[in-house]
Amino acid sequence: MTIQFKDESFRGDFSYANSPSNIPRFPFPFPEDEYMYSTNIEPHHAARTGSPFENAFDVDEHYVAEMKDRALVLAEDPGRCQALPHMETAGWDFLELVMVSKARDYPDLFKLTMDGDRWHWINTPLQIDDTFTFGDSSTLPCHPMEYIGRQVQGDHAILDQRDGNLWMDAGIITAQADWSLDFDIGMNFFEWHAPVPLAHELGVFQRALKFLLTLPQGQPSRRLNWTLTVNPRLDTSPENYPKWGPDRMTVTPENIGEKIHLRVELQTFWRLPRSNAILFPIRTYLMAMNEVVTQPKWGRRLHRVMRDLRPELVEYKGLSRYHPILVEWLSQFDDGAPTSPGIFPD
Amino acid sequence: MSASDHLIPVVVSNVVEVNPIIKRFEFKHVNGDELPAFSGGAHIVVEMLDDGTKRKNPYSLMSSPFERDQYAISVRRDDTGRGGSKFMHEQVRPGMQMKISAPVNLFSLDLRARKHLMIAGGIGITPFIAQMTQADKLGVPFELHYAARSVSQAAYMDSLADRFGDHVSCYCDDQGESVDLEVLLSNQPLGTHVYVCGPKGMIERVVETASSLGWPAAHVHFEHFLAPPVGEPFEVHLAKAGIDITVGAEQSLLEAVEASGTPINCMCRGGACGQCETVVVACDGDIMHNDHWLDEEQRAAKQRIMPCVSRFRGKRLELDL
Repeated sequence: MTIQFKDESFRGDFSYANSPSNIPRFPFPFPEDEYMYSTNIEPHHAARTGSPFENAFDVDEHYVAEMKDRALVLAEDPGRCQALPHMETAGWDFLELVMVSKARDYPDLFKLTMDGDRWHWINTPLQIDDTFTFGDSSTLPCHPMEYIGRQVQGDHAILDQRDGNLWMDAGIITAQADWSLDFDIGMNFFEWHAPVPLAHELGVFQRALKFLLTLPQGQPSRRLNWTLTVNPRLDTSPENYPKWGPDRMTVTPENIGEKIHLRVELQTFWRLPRSNAILFPIRTYLMAMNEVVTQPKWGRRLHRVMRDLRPELVEYKGLSRYHPILVEWLSQFDDGAPTSPGIFPD
Repeated sequence: MSASDHLIPVVVSNVVEVNPIIKRFEFKHVNGDELPAFSGGAHIVVEMLDDGTKRKNPYSLMSSPFERDQYAISVRRDDTGRGGSKFMHEQVRPGMQMKISAPVNLFSLDLRARKHLMIAGGIGITPFIAQMTQADKLGVPFELHYAARSVSQAAYMDSLADRFGDHVSCYCDDQGESVDLEVLLSNQPLGTHVYVCGPKGMIERVVETASSLGWPAAHVHFEHFLAPPVGEPFEVHLAKAGIDITVGAEQSLLEAVEASGTPINCMCRGGACGQCETVVVACDGDIMHNDHWLDEEQRAAKQRIMPCVSRFRGKRLELDL
């Protein structure tokens, strides 16, 4: 099946939308009617044809538009892509993983030919056709992490492993939910998670770190995370807060269905072979409330999750200003019927 | 799900007698496929089907991390151990099919280092051979100091001297030579990281000397794999599975759990990685912990156990498995 790539924007006129056929494949993040933190990590096996879990790196109708938005962010702020000097090997590991995976999973879109260290890469949707020497950065236009990071949906942090901890020593982060690579770079696992409420007390981070430190090569894992965003804006960085913060004032009971977007991160974890670093892709999916409620199970369940959300989380996720009207609006889609287990629509 | 559940089928492509106590084994993928890339210091777990007993031992990869057509390991024969090295030496021949895990690295180079200082004792040389290949290719300075009992037991020294020249030095007990750690560690530029792999006493001396000279702990790295010790057989009750198992004298508790078909996580099989940590439901007796994972307080509490290297003596041990 060939993907029809959409011409759309994540800023200005916000022309982003999901095609009707794209809605059921959204990674809805709530397997139950209530939400609380959990480590919720599972193997990143290929799962369910047509779902975002089918391939190693999901490519969907928003691919080309997302890559254009990334280029705009990087042109304005090159600090969104940074790698400490010892992370070059990890950059090559990342490039190899993406190229090998995409060429295997989407042969009609991507092609990789390897002749020893001499590699030929064709990315048809972005009209890229390059030959380079694997491991030799002078044969690429930029750092290997930036080169491939401009061709794969989602943000990518690369974590160095040493001293029994993980360190955020490289990343290409242009579509973040209110955190900053520039602020976090060089921090360890506990430092960059410091602002998260409740989870420290629950021991979530200790368990997650232990799991990640022993992540085996060839056995990636995944989890879903979520927040809400006003307007389909990918770049909700602290650096650009003045641009998106005021959007929250614009939410009314009349426009809430089109304004508020469920923002889901499909996070995956990969052990990289030559650097022993961990690649942490954070793929963001956006869906307007009006689109979410086209699936009756999701509308029902989202009402219950939002209604019962702990106050600390309402505040941490930045929902306070419009949370009551959102719960009220969602209640019209909750007929009180039971919901089926799991995240997929009925 | 554990690393050793995802095994790679390989064929033994070569067996080389390096000296009277060390053999090198080379593996290729049975289909001729490329093997996974890895980083210097990584190990694989080799599965051995030894006359009805399934053994799994970890061995450091010594082949080049940049070549994926084959892997090489070296095995030192230990006649007083549980039998894995003896099996490798006596039973494994070229052409034999075996299974290995994907590489795991618990001893990787710190890529921030301005210089890598490597100290090896005996068979502890193997992870450094791959690490030197990696450091050489990355263009980061390194030095290897290699202690062996005798010239004839200093495996690979000749080829390392040929490849890396003055970067490697060897010290043989029978020549009255030894590494002066104080001098060696005192004369390193700031930004050097030291790595040690060898007998326990050697690791302790390097760690203590570095500490006394003011080295930051984060610049001192050691590989501390343990072979599971042999001992008296003992009984264990697995609470979730609802079964009793017997751990044989030369078997590890982990191997006995696996043999019973009960699921258990594991990775290094040497008491270092923490994957197999298990809750102790009841313990009337003494756990011989043997691992490098639990702290003193946890050991004393008898509420956790590392089945890969720990043994038990007493009336009853019940685990949450």
